[in-house]
Amino acid sequence: MAELESVGAPLATSIPASVSSVPATTVTPRHSLFVRVTHWITTLCFFALLVTGAELIISHPRFYWGETGNHLTTPLFKLHIPSSRSLVPSGYSYVLPDQNGWSRYLHFQSAWIVVLTGLLYVISLFFSGHLRKNLFPRRADLSWRAFSSSIADHLRFKRPNAAEAWSYNLFQRLAYLFVIFVLFPLVIWTGLAMSPAFVSAFPLTVTSLGGQQSARTLHFFVSLALLLFLLVHVAMVFFAGFTSRMRAMITGRPGTSTERT
Amino acid sequence: MSDLSSRKLSRRKLISTGLAATAGAVGLGVAAHLAQKYGLVPPDHRGIYGLGETLTYASQRLLTRHSLAREFSSSQISKPPFANQIEPLTDEFKRLQAGGFAEWRLSVNGMVARPSSLSLDQLKSYPSHTQITMLQCEEGWSYIAEWVGVPLSRVLDVVGVLPQARYVVYFSMEPDTWDSIDMADALHPQTLLTYGMNGDQLPVGHGGPLRMRLPRQLGYKNVKFITHLTVTDDLKKFGKGLGAAAPEFGYAWYAGI
Repeated sequence: MAELESVGAPLATSIPASVSSVPATTVTPRHSLFVRVTHWITTLCFFALLVTGAELIISHPRFYWGETGNHLTTPLFKLHIPSSRSLVPSGYSYVLPDQNGWSRYLHFQSAWIVVLTGLLYVISLFFSGHLRKNLFPRRADLSWRAFSSSIADHLRFKRPNAAEAWSYNLFQRLAYLFVIFVLFPLVIWTGLAMSPAFVSAFPLTVTSLGGQQSARTLHFFVSLALLLFLLVHVAMVFFAGFTSRMRAMITGRPGTSTERT
Repeated sequence: MSDLSSRKLSRRKLISTGLAATAGAVGLGVAAHLAQKYGLVPPDHRGIYGLGETLTYASQRLLTRHSLAREFSSSQISKPPFANQIEPLTDEFKRLQAGGFAEWRLSVNGMVARPSSLSLDQLKSYPSHTQITMLQCEEGWSYIAEWVGVPLSRVLDVVGVLPQARYVVYFSMEPDTWDSIDMADALHPQTLLTYGMNGDQLPVGHGGPLRMRLPRQLGYKNVKFITHLTVTDDLKKFGKGLGAAAPEFGYAWYAGI
């Protein structure tokens, strides 16, 4: 609570004395407007990337390792789904409609928007103190006792108390850091490594991954990891209290019941 | 919350947001003007996907104007090379095929000093270029092959391209199959009119006797059965004005990604 008070202080001083008695929470949201806007832009783009990515896979649901791979070579593995191309030996008697045109357009447009949004977000992470304050594990979290009790809480599916609605726990912090600094850079890297024009200027982006088909296969697995994060993230929102968490990410405030309790 | 504080805060916010929006709009306007001037706007830039398409084309054009596609060793050539499905061959094609393509012609016109009609033998008499490069399909599959052909830049030299030329439009013998590239790609040393593959004539299944080969763009830009080139400064004059047949079916004009 003391920490919250001090965060609110600079804002409170800019408010005329006559209204300084207004509780700090009304001007210090749980999530800043910037975090809320970038969160929902990322959500929209991620859904578009997921749907169009799945559409693109349907045209060739086979994955390879190395530089090349096609219908005549042995795949690393294949997905047992129908295909949108008649040449693919899918095992199904029908061919799905071709959706690759708009899927490719939308995939790259969403990629641009989410990358630019992510870039702004990461820059602000460093300058706003959000990274140090809210995402790096707190010193108190780093003891073995705190670590094991946090594991125990998660294993027992212990619901977070009202105060915890105002900060992230250790595993949340680690998961968010992993997504922001490992999975997102990896999915961008493996995506760029598939572009013949991009790798003509920067060949190391693809050779370091073992080849163009390796990049495609890795892109698929990193996307699966991001999808797994999304599923756990949404499950946790439901578990912690869907209304208060959604309200916090939309309006900035978790809701009246948890406010300043 | 008191009305007073919210009004004070929102007025300050309003002014700063207004300033930021104005700066952003001016910046976008300047960027659009510069992009148009330096040929960084693709012909299919209109519509809801225009933003992403323009960002991709402009950034890749700036980064890759002179970069060379990766080349591979002969041991990396895919055996056997995969040939994608082709449309049923036309009667005219079959007639030329029966004559060993001796009557195949590549006609070149538009913004050139000497409009020409070249036979395959004439094309083969120019210094050839051999490259072992990857062909990548937008669907996800790929193969590596050795391609032999004449650099498009050489043919453009022969016919004398006028300085105001901005694009080369290329047409296939297949009906309604045509595409175009900007001069950066047209003059690129790896852009070939190919007639040979893996030590042999280019097979019909791979677009023989003459196929456009652009190793820095995806397979569908590598149009098969090339019969005609037009050099132009304006793509609006062709088809629906989107620069190629592909965007008319929903596929991007620029396929470097």
